[in-house]
Amino acid sequence: MGNKEQVQLINQNGLRVDGRRLDELRPIKLEVGVLNKADGSAYIEHGRNKILAAVFGPREAHPKHIALADRAVVRCRYHMAPFSTDERKSPAPSRRELELSKVIRESLEPSIMSEYFPRSTIDLFIEVLQADAGTRCAGITAASLALADAGIPLRELVAGCAAGKIDGKVVLDLSDVEDKKGDADLPVAYMPKSNSIGLLQMDGSMTEEELKQALDMAINACRTIYEMQRDALRQKYHIERDESEREEIEEVKA
Amino acid sequence: MADVVGNKVIVMPVKGAYIPRIDDIVLGRVTDIGMSGWQVDIYAPYPAMLPASETPMHGRDSVRRDLRSIYGGGDLMIAQVIEFDRTRDPLLTTKGRGLGKVTSGRVARINNTKIPRIIGKKGSMITMLKKETGTDIIPGQNGVILVTGRNPDQELIAVEAIYMIEREAHTTGLTERVKAMILERMKGITVGQ
Repeated sequence: MGNKEQVQLINQNGLRVDGRRLDELRPIKLEVGVLNKADGSAYIEHGRNKILAAVFGPREAHPKHIALADRAVVRCRYHMAPFSTDERKSPAPSRRELELSKVIRESLEPSIMSEYFPRSTIDLFIEVLQADAGTRCAGITAASLALADAGIPLRELVAGCAAGKIDGKVVLDLSDVEDKKGDADLPVAYMPKSNSIGLLQMDGSMTEEELKQALDMAINACRTIYEMQRDALRQKYHIERDESEREEIEEVKA
Repeated sequence: MADVVGNKVIVMPVKGAYIPRIDDIVLGRVTDIGMSGWQVDIYAPYPAMLPASETPMHGRDSVRRDLRSIYGGGDLMIAQVIEFDRTRDPLLTTKGRGLGKVTSGRVARINNTKIPRIIGKKGSMITMLKKETGTDIIPGQNGVILVTGRNPDQELIAVEAIYMIEREAHTTGLTERVKAMILERMKGITVGQ
């Protein structure tokens, strides 16, 4: 990182360029079921990131030979819109997008009960409308919600968040400048109920101690985001039951 | 939405793909015609097959000549699932009362998880729908519902009511509100008996 231009990312009061504390998340807004044509969808605003996720399926596998006999195939496409970045991005899928599609799919796959839908496919589309660092994590957060919105049985929701190092200090949820001028970036996808990590990547360098600290920070943030995901789902879906229906449930229980 | 009973969790799905079950009545559309049967889209992740031997006309000369004379491409049919498991695609039959080609009526498509709500407790909702709109309603377990009435206005009101039930499936006192809506709409039309 020697050729990086030196910028002060943390001021004397310990605040970052956008005024956040070291362990503070950017503001997050989540919305479920925003698209009508998809079976499930979600929209996330994570700081200045704006990302749409859509899910189709489980549906017939096409082409047929990709189908698996014992479970559904999960396919994922992560894509950045040409207008999502400062410089126009070519709409053709880049090497980076291909890799992110793969790691996002692998971070979500363990949460999907795909064994209920053998020989079918579940298609997942993540479209980045505006990028501001941490799109893979925000994409995972939105995609998991879209899967739930599609009515696909999930073991639990997956939340994503990054931590990193700037000006030699471990911080949470890097923004665009911090990502570009900082020392390290550590994106994490996490499932709180099973306490498992679905994605862990690192760019830059950190000491073992810093890595542990950053990971703890990211996991804690994922727990916060997980609660936000649950709230977003509750806002769209709730069941009003009257007395007789409650009795019926009691009967089933008995 | 979820209830815990001992070591089991009962989850009420609000959405989801239609997974065929044996004996289900479904509405499907012919997508392909082969030598010995039809491929039928039943709006499930799996394509269904209707073998020629499972039509009431099986054995007659015309069948051997051309399957198209029974069900053509794009034809809508009421069928029953006779076979399905994790390893095989669903198999249909149109032998039986009430099964076969659909020649008239209007179709409403909703999510299959809402079908029990359309039928209601002991059929209360569907009985009310049929009575108040004066139509016949056949709910396919795959979420496709056929409405046939004496005139298009009645059918339209029934379809509107079905979509209203899907939209408000999670609320209580729904039967009464749907009934009020139907009565209001029925005022505007004259039903020729």
